[in-house]
Amino acid sequence: MSSVNTESGKPGCHKDTDNNTQHHNHENGSGPHDHVDSAAHQELIIEGAGCASCVGKIESALKAVPGVENAEMNFAQRTVSVIGNAAASDLLKAVEKAGYNAKLAAAENEDDALAEKEKADQVYYKRLMKETWIALSLGGPLMAYALITGEVNVNTTTERIAWLVVGILTFGVLYFSGKHFFVGAWKSFLNHSANMDTLIALGTGTAWLYSMVVVFFPDAVPDQARHVYFEATAIIIGLIDLGLALELKARGRTSEAIKRLIGLQAKTARVIRDDKELDIAIELVLLNDVVRVRPGEKIPVDGEVVEGHTAIDESMLTGEPMPVEKATGDTVAAGTINKSGSILFKATRVGKDTALAQIINMVKRAQNSKPPIGRLADVISAYFVPVVMIIAVASALTWLNFGPEPAVAFAIVSATTVLIIACPCALGLATPMSVMVGVGKAAEAGVLIRNGEALQTASKISAMILDKTGTITLGAPKVTDVLVAGEHDEQAVLRLAATLESGSEHPLAMAIVESAQERGIEMGKVSNFNAIAGHGVQADVDGKTLLFGNEKLMRERTIELGDFVEKAQALAAEAKTPMYFAVDNKLAAIIAVADPIKEDSIAAIKRLQHNGIRVVMLTGDNRATAKAVAEKAGIKEFFAEVLPEEKSKKVQELQMEGEVVGMTGDGINDAPALAIANVGFAIGTGTDVAIESADITLMRGSLHGLADAIAVSKATLRNIKQNLFGAFIYNVAGVPFAAGVLYPFLGLLLNPVIAGAAMAFSSLTVVTNANRLRLFKAQEH
Amino acid sequence: MLLINIAGLALIALIVWWFWLYKPKEAELGESDLVITVENGTYSPSRIKVPTGEPVEIKFIRKDQSPCSETLLIPELQISDTLPLNKLKTIQLPALAAGEYAFHCQMQMYRGLIMVK
Repeated sequence: MSSVNTESGKPGCHKDTDNNTQHHNHENGSGPHDHVDSAAHQELIIEGAGCASCVGKIESALKAVPGVENAEMNFAQRTVSVIGNAAASDLLKAVEKAGYNAKLAAAENEDDALAEKEKADQVYYKRLMKETWIALSLGGPLMAYALITGEVNVNTTTERIAWLVVGILTFGVLYFSGKHFFVGAWKSFLNHSANMDTLIALGTGTAWLYSMVVVFFPDAVPDQARHVYFEATAIIIGLIDLGLALELKARGRTSEAIKRLIGLQAKTARVIRDDKELDIAIELVLLNDVVRVRPGEKIPVDGEVVEGHTAIDESMLTGEPMPVEKATGDTVAAGTINKSGSILFKATRVGKDTALAQIINMVKRAQNSKPPIGRLADVISAYFVPVVMIIAVASALTWLNFGPEPAVAFAIVSATTVLIIACPCALGLATPMSVMVGVGKAAEAGVLIRNGEALQTASKISAMILDKTGTITLGAPKVTDVLVAGEHDEQAVLRLAATLESGSEHPLAMAIVESAQERGIEMGKVSNFNAIAGHGVQADVDGKTLLFGNEKLMRERTIELGDFVEKAQALAAEAKTPMYFAVDNKLAAIIAVADPIKEDSIAAIKRLQHNGIRVVMLTGDNRATAKAVAEKAGIKEFFAEVLPEEKSKKVQELQMEGEVVGMTGDGINDAPALAIANVGFAIGTGTDVAIESADITLMRGSLHGLADAIAVSKATLRNIKQNLFGAFIYNVAGVPFAAGVLYPFLGLLLNPVIAGAAMAFSSLTVVTNANRLRLFKAQEH
Repeated sequence: MLLINIAGLALIALIVWWFWLYKPKEAELGESDLVITVENGTYSPSRIKVPTGEPVEIKFIRKDQSPCSETLLIPELQISDTLPLNKLKTIQLPALAAGEYAFHCQMQMYRGLIMVK
């Protein structure tokens, strides 16, 4: 059972599950995050409940509704949480009957939340730009004046009065354009923490205060140091506001991928209830509702087709370009587009449980997670601001003690510049911005990356183990050859064989039955069916005794095989499984079945090898078949006859050889091997993704997803390294330069205005560099 | 000059004490609804005491427009979520073993600590 429109997205919501296990999983960084509901859970918002005594009334009214197991009201929030399988409309009616109004608490609508966020960002952007202009329109002319005349000294009374006016204007700038830095700095100071605001407020505040001291008490400072820094104060504030505004814009672009995914969700669904078609919001679609979708419309929730057939474009989820045919019994996924026919389907997963919602959730979470490479930067940024403050004080003291005259001015300039140039933002943004874009980019290609760690490890993979069945091959055996003996007719032989096998569940048997059905062959009746373990089957059809199985079985029954033994060996060498078919103790045919290699497996494997990755195939099949498939797929190394429980051992063997091992499987029976590999890749079949089981999930069946995933992670890691390198170098070089270490040798001291510009654009550079990743294209084929 | 030097060194000592050594009082997640306000570059309160061994909910409200404050991360719990502007957001914590769990924004400028005792 699943919940409709209950809570908003809650990572780490682990009710109804074993907490110890959860915690353990978390520590491994692989815990399942999506909540598990034991019964349908709906939440109502109550209006008009004014007193605490209403609680009992509302609860008992709801509990009286058939199907309701429990109803609990939170009076403070005016919400009721209802557990049980009752129709939402009945619940609302019951509350109304009790004398109150109620509505269903809608799930947090991602689309609306996004629109709201964009609106808020827009408002914030406009505010920042306004603040920028205010600051620059004072700072710009002042700086021009200072540069042209070189007159920023305070000596005469007229100069004092003029600069006092400028000082007051600059205070206006600090107030209108820079208030948020000062408030932020003060609040975090009270909280015993320090951040970017602290540095900017201290830097500009020091510059302004010093200038005012010069204006009011020029005698307190030496002649040469009677310098004002109002222009620097105003310009620094303006530039940093500008940097913040531009960064805000650039950040918006980093979340394009998630916006696109959220945009895939339909807003309404047409459900059939009581023989009527109703257009309702998708949050209100309940499990087992029958939903109608017309051509050109989006599938609103996950479900199973109950009527009609159509072709559905799933490319937005899987990256698979060809539309997929759907008929009764097939599953459809929310967010995909119905191309041709009108269908009715039964809702099987709604709300947060749809594949699309889970994908969105996973991508969001992964975008916010950090690869280990970012940890050092995190440690540094945790101590960064106080350290910079200490450096600023130390630098000022050094200038005062050992600096040339005017030492006070040098001390003030160096301290201000140190405070202004140091940018913890660039350091802090370096990793998350790239991860955000990289993970989003991967999702666009149908590659779901669980977290930053998987992303980083994937970029280092040196060996890739591929499971044969279902990974390299289609996983669905097909009849490839029917070689008849003597006078036998192919159609007739296939009919007998299919009839014989119609009762069997064996994949090979199913391939034969399917092949007969494809040719429109009608099946006969079976009697005396007898399975001979490990050898084959025997039964009577149309009064004939049929025997179907391997060579050993034929030899035991002394059936003459002639040159068919060689033919069978030739087939086996082509990775086919030949089986002998005898009618009344005489060989009638060899039927060969094979699991064909997926069309693009060979090209994808070549891509991996081309990138220097050692590709190894793993299979439970016999050596001959394994060898043939490996040869055909261009794989040099393979392990054959590997039992399922031995798969993880093979992964370990490669790890012992020093390889960083990626393991690719279907995510179900390969789970232990996927878990033990450095990176586990689960290969999905369409939208039915095994999200929980692997580090990286490929939603498209193609192995190109592997090469794409590795390419994206390499590109992302490269981007992170560039960002981190840039941010480290910037701070490591910028701070000492600002403190004046070059002055004794080269006579160079940084201008605080240039420091302000550098700081404002350092974080913008990081975000812009991360945005470059958006242009990344995997080199397919 | 000596005075200035002493004052400077005292200032450095003060920075070390105020930002690193001093541990502000923690707020307790108790009966009354505790809401962490995200505003002006800080979480307030920033040190939250929660009981060990039982799942709890922590509520956040973000009043800060800066994009950094939007993401809430609790790395040790693999929690990352988005805090909408001016809207209450509830974060569910699983039952935790005693210890300290840091929470912060994407860039670690906003920092807080969950103390499980």
